[in-house]
Amino acid sequence: MTDAAPTPAPDTARIRPPRNQWWDVWDQFKIHRGALLGSIVFLAIIAFCFIGPLIWPYDATYIDIRARNQGMSWAHPFGTDQLGRDIMARMMSGGQVSLAVGIVAMGLAMLIGTGIGVLAGYFRRIDGLLMRMTDLFLALPLLPLLLVMSMLFRQPLSSAFGVETGMFLLIVTAIGITSWMPTARVVRGDVLALKEREYVLAARSIGTPPRRLILRHVVPNVLSPVMVSATLMIATAIITESALSFLGLGFPPDFPTWGRLVNDGIDYLQQYPGRAMLPGVFISLTVLSVNYIGDGLRDALDPRIRGR
Amino acid sequence: MFNYTMRRLLLAIPTLLFIALAIFLLLELSPGDPMADMPLTIPPDVREQMRLALGLGEPWYIRFVKWLYLFSVVEPSHVLASITGLENLAIDSQRIISFQTRSPVGDIIAQRLPQTLWVVGLSYLFGIMVALPIGIYSAYRQYSWFDQAGTFVSMVGFSLPTFFTGPLLILIFSIWLGWFPIIYDTTLVVDSWHNFALQMRQMAMPVFVLTLYNAAQITRFMRASMLDNLTQDYVRTARAKGLTERIVVLVHVLRNSMIPVITVIALGIPQIFTGAIITEQIFRVNGLGQLLITAIYATDIPMVLTLSVVFAILIVLFNLIADLLYAVFDPRIRYD
Repeated sequence: MTDAAPTPAPDTARIRPPRNQWWDVWDQFKIHRGALLGSIVFLAIIAFCFIGPLIWPYDATYIDIRARNQGMSWAHPFGTDQLGRDIMARMMSGGQVSLAVGIVAMGLAMLIGTGIGVLAGYFRRIDGLLMRMTDLFLALPLLPLLLVMSMLFRQPLSSAFGVETGMFLLIVTAIGITSWMPTARVVRGDVLALKEREYVLAARSIGTPPRRLILRHVVPNVLSPVMVSATLMIATAIITESALSFLGLGFPPDFPTWGRLVNDGIDYLQQYPGRAMLPGVFISLTVLSVNYIGDGLRDALDPRIRGR
Repeated sequence: MFNYTMRRLLLAIPTLLFIALAIFLLLELSPGDPMADMPLTIPPDVREQMRLALGLGEPWYIRFVKWLYLFSVVEPSHVLASITGLENLAIDSQRIISFQTRSPVGDIIAQRLPQTLWVVGLSYLFGIMVALPIGIYSAYRQYSWFDQAGTFVSMVGFSLPTFFTGPLLILIFSIWLGWFPIIYDTTLVVDSWHNFALQMRQMAMPVFVLTLYNAAQITRFMRASMLDNLTQDYVRTARAKGLTERIVVLVHVLRNSMIPVITVIALGIPQIFTGAIITEQIFRVNGLGQLLITAIYATDIPMVLTLSVVFAILIVLFNLIADLLYAVFDPRIRYD
């Protein structure tokens, strides 16, 4: 908090340049050690997964049966699997899928959750209906339902969009529509409180139509709880996707994701323990770092804590 | 309070009906064919008769109503009969039959329930017992090394997925050290101290994995709730009138902090059953979760439907219990 500390001003009373709110957030965020470390780790993992394949010579699906089950070496830092595929390359492309699923599913869930939350909080007429629907979704047994959905629709979607795109769409939609409820509740609560504020009354009294009122005055003010739950949602979505893949109901076997790699590695746990542990470590590190980022964001976006 | 409970119970009925219908329709839309596993040499007319024998001949709404009747009247009567031991309580009619085993779904669930309850219930209990003291002490000594360590461990426990911690434990304790068996043996009958020790050993790892996860979550809530209360005015008042620190923290603050924590604990109970699917799969515990997975793989529609609706009932029930507990423990809340 460099700027909050009252530094003895030089006699030329300079007015500080106006600061964006987000600089304050960043100042608070970077003194949260866990959050800072978490962001570094998360960025490193993203770089590993998305920039790594550009540099790394091996392809994730290239089979070199002569070089199977190798240990760590300079050519294959993480070794090779039972078909001689380079595990480092598989980790990279597996990470791409896992991270992409996490981020896209999070986006979908946030979109639905914020939309329903804002509508329910703003329009009293549909509040009851939307909140009953939220309660209904909360009462659904989610993991069983996800399993059922991915089992039932994998075939038609795979044939319609191709195996990879079909499964990606299926898993992202399934995770998205089963995880928006907490966000909707939080957002609704905030909107209910915001609606009574003077500036909303002022905006309404000059005849702002509801659509613009919502987009300009309400949504920007509920952004901070949404951002916090968005980060936590990435973590949940990655875990859910990995769990589905781990149970064999996610992506197909020749299509690596971290959960799938754990599942494949379990069979060789006795001979080559690293094969299951490595993707597990990556999932855990990602989730841990994302959770720390969420913690830091929660503190940074809370104006009551900021500046202390 | 009574009126509120009744109203909520009445509201739960349409909710559950809707959930059951949604799951039913989802399964109905599915392209999976329960006859897919049958040999291809079966002639088409025989195949058609087998479909009829499975009850698939009628339109979906009739099958749904029939299932609903069986699920809400016939199956409960059998459960009641086996609990009380009065055989004539059971209604003598068709029961919900699993496509896989051709035996009543209710009986299979009753067989699998004890495994899940033992492993998962015990771990939840342990989780609460571990979490409460840690949460209380780390909040009381905020930013001490104990708090730092506790927060870090609970963050890790909360972030590590069970399909990572499970294999990790198997690797360390079964493969390297050889202390515990890898596979849970459900045929083991506990009739001697030796078998009891075996049972303890095979339960150790799954229970530990789930305990870590549950404890991590509850610790976070307990700590946050204690921190909220420790800065309240009534705590200063209690200290000012000379109460000992023990009484201030363990009576005044703890009782108030427990209100949200108890709700969280109650809300977590249904997740015991659904969330343990992965752990059961890793350690080969043949409980409810494993039953659901195998049923999904085999397109065993009656089993999947019944189990999912049972899970939904648990969720709705414990949501209600959580809300009621809230009112019982917090006199400021009135549902009228």
